Amino acid sequence: MKNNIKYLAILALGLVACEPEFDNPIDEAGVYSSGEADFSNYVALGNSLTAGFADSALYITGQENSYPNILSQQFALVGGGEFTQPLMADNTGGALLGGTQILSNRFVLAFDAEGNPGPAIYAGASPTTEISNNLGSFFNNMGVPGAKSFHLGAPNYGDVAGVAVGTANPYFARFASSAGTSVIADAAAQNPTFFSLWIGNNDILSYATSGGVGVDRTGNPNLADYGSNDITDPGLFNSTYQALIGALTANGAKGVVLNLPNVSTLPFFTTVPFAPLSPLDPNFGPQIPTLNATYAGLNAAFAFAGVPERAISFSASAASPVVIKDESLEDVSADLAIALAGTFGPLAPIVAAQYGQARQATANDLLVLTSSGVIGQVNEARLAELISFGLTPEQAGQFSVNGVSYPMEDQYVLTPAEQSSVENARQAFNTSIATIASENGLAFYNVANDLAQAANGGILFDGGVITSDFVTGGGFSLDGIHPTPRAHALVTNGILNAIEIAYGATLPSVNPGDYGTVTLSNEVGAN
Amino acid sequence: MKKLLLLVLFAFVTLVTYAGGYRVSVQGQRAMAMGHTGVAVVNSAELVFFNPAGLVYLENKLNISAGASGIFTDVIYQNSDFGSSSETDSSVGTPLNLYGSYKVNDWLALGLGVYTPYGSEVTWPTDWAGSHLVNNIELAAIYIQPVVSIKLSDQFSIGGGPIYVTGSVNFNRNANRTLTDIDGNRSNITVDDSGVSNWGWSVSAMFNPTENFRLGFSYRSEIILEAEGGEATFSNFPNSPATPANGTTTFDAELPLPAELTIGLSYQFHKKWLFAFDYNRQFWDVYESLDIQFGNGSTSLNPRNYKNSSVYRFGLQYDATSKISLRAGYYFDESPVQSGFFAPETPRNDSNGFSGGFSFAITPKLAIDASFFYLRFEEINESYDSYQENGQDVPFGGTYKSSAFAPGLGLTYKL
Repeated sequence: MKNNIKYLAILALGLVACEPEFDNPIDEAGVYSSGEADFSNYVALGNSLTAGFADSALYITGQENSYPNILSQQFALVGGGEFTQPLMADNTGGALLGGTQILSNRFVLAFDAEGNPGPAIYAGASPTTEISNNLGSFFNNMGVPGAKSFHLGAPNYGDVAGVAVGTANPYFARFASSAGTSVIADAAAQNPTFFSLWIGNNDILSYATSGGVGVDRTGNPNLADYGSNDITDPGLFNSTYQALIGALTANGAKGVVLNLPNVSTLPFFTTVPFAPLSPLDPNFGPQIPTLNATYAGLNAAFAFAGVPERAISFSASAASPVVIKDESLEDVSADLAIALAGTFGPLAPIVAAQYGQARQATANDLLVLTSSGVIGQVNEARLAELISFGLTPEQAGQFSVNGVSYPMEDQYVLTPAEQSSVENARQAFNTSIATIASENGLAFYNVANDLAQAANGGILFDGGVITSDFVTGGGFSLDGIHPTPRAHALVTNGILNAIEIAYGATLPSVNPGDYGTVTLSNEVGAN
Repeated sequence: MKKLLLLVLFAFVTLVTYAGGYRVSVQGQRAMAMGHTGVAVVNSAELVFFNPAGLVYLENKLNISAGASGIFTDVIYQNSDFGSSSETDSSVGTPLNLYGSYKVNDWLALGLGVYTPYGSEVTWPTDWAGSHLVNNIELAAIYIQPVVSIKLSDQFSIGGGPIYVTGSVNFNRNANRTLTDIDGNRSNITVDDSGVSNWGWSVSAMFNPTENFRLGFSYRSEIILEAEGGEATFSNFPNSPATPANGTTTFDAELPLPAELTIGLSYQFHKKWLFAFDYNRQFWDVYESLDIQFGNGSTSLNPRNYKNSSVYRFGLQYDATSKISLRAGYYFDESPVQSGFFAPETPRNDSNGFSGGFSFAITPKLAIDASFFYLRFEEINESYDSYQENGQDVPFGGTYKSSAFAPGLGLTYKL
């Protein structure tokens, strides 16, 4: 019996020794550290980028792959607490207000009958997120799609009653703690120990994506004058940003801020070429001689008006630039009307008005992604208008082809002058962000640099290169503006690095190769 | 008592057999307790496996040995660059063995064995960091072998016989690192087949130069399990013409069960003490690649490039009383996995095995055999470098550490 006890002891020893254990397990103290930062209550503020908006919609998997959520998983290794998000109800995207759909479904990558991939609206399920269904608690991810800098401090921004009339934000209405609260108030009420702030993108982006139809409000801080597509006054941005940081650091919280990347390198602006009109296109090529003959008369009128450089012609051997309307040009309609009177008689003023600020696009013009479905198509509205002016349907048709005979409207083109407005504001905003970060001892991530790298050569990862190319580049979702999960992983790594530098933390990065890009599905509408 | 201590020391100071790859060397409780030595040990019907030639030297007319072990294995993984870590679900493998031999006359014995020399059961958490290589795998192969043992002289005998194998496999992994359906569920593939059978053979010899000294030789042929028309299930793929459709299709694949050569000796250096040494050479180089051809046209090529490997085994037996025998053993097991081919479905590096056990004779005819072994692996930084995305190698690596512990019980009956 004594012997048996000995054997049992040996057996027990063996069982204990059986559990394998690393020399330096990563979940033990000493491998990673939070440095001077305290991640126990991390709150993320920002816009769509922070919310995890992608493919033109907010949906669960996009939220799960948002950089704040990925960050929180790394923070969890050094004392980070639970990270909650106002998750949507599904992966369809889209949302309802009072049962009526007010936000459209997400994009997915679908293949057409010829096997060509392209973004299409997901139609596999109906949206189930009801905006008026308030989630009723605070969330760590306070990212609100569509928010501009000054919206974060705006009372009633989450008042569901204001959603239908456009005075409140549908996404914030889902989780605002009260009708009158603001994003920053709800964030501060959570007493964050650590925060991230990435705001200001929409202060220039809405202007850019709308092709510059808004107004550059530089020098005018009066919000009452602002439309939704305007560029925010840098002075207003600076004071707004100061106030946000002031509120977030009031309790001594540490944090990280991100600057604003160049918008003109987004696939939304770089995918549609300025010269897409190919002579090999059977719908366009055969008409080139007739078009050039017609434009010869207009070109003479341009010369008469003193702007011969605006002459328009299409090449029979190479792709030609589209014809656009550039509001920065002097309007020469009156001179054109005089010159064209011989050819067009009483219709001359109408034709002249169409070309008063027209020119062919150059490499410096940026055509927005949404123009791709419009170029070369008959503009039905203009067609009807011209017929109402007295043109024959045939004549009207000839003058109504978008980008060929009817200049692309302002909303489709970001001209160099508009790009300058955007870029000047961005530089000013970035100066504010860097300065305020420095003054407050915050971690600062120059994400603009990394996105410039993605647009210019790409960023290496273990499975290849991440670029800004639409669909194939891996960096941008199917709306051409918002990042993919893989790009969120890159942003996460950049933030982690900034935190290490600012606060002496030691944190593991994430592997971008473990994060996906665009989602495939052929459950799409007939389109 | 002093001798017992010696035995225990032998077991613990030296650092038992669970060979590399998916070879599971637990083919007899008595042998297991002695570091899985046995090619030159004449002791029980376990010889059907270890060296059929030796059966004819067993004293009794009828010998039966039966046993089973529970193998508890754990593998842990971490990658400090990415802060990721995982642990396999502690799986319990249960290798079984049943042997019988019958001495027809002085020079001829016949035997039959059923044993499970190959198998693997590894279950990682679903969608873990290496899920594009494996989520879980379960392999099993049952060998059924009739043998004949012929005594050519008191010094020399030969043996061998055909082997019938029936195997099964169940293997699940994700399609790649990122593909999901619309709801973010990772696309994955399960292959499942059973009743995959084939034939092989074994041949062996035993030489007894003196009464106390034996030499043994044994060779078991390689057997290729060819799964044809097995069931493959594709799950959570997006509804897209660019990816395979969800549902079941067929698959073809081959899995080699490599040949194994053993030479060894046993020496009765005292009337109560027996020492045994076995050297195994396992011809793993046959396992070049695990290639799966699916019925829907997809293929999966997984280079393995295993190398031949050796195992060195030492065993000691002490007949404490007429009823009790104590055993201990040690072995060094060389992994067949080469650097850069460390796939998490068989995460094995070189290991040291420690074993022990005893037999207790309840009656002169019936004995209980008990064994245990503990297999110790060094922590290792390794990677699998042959996984490809878009034609580019994407290594998956980190730090691994494994261990295995297996208690076993058996019965020996002699008539």
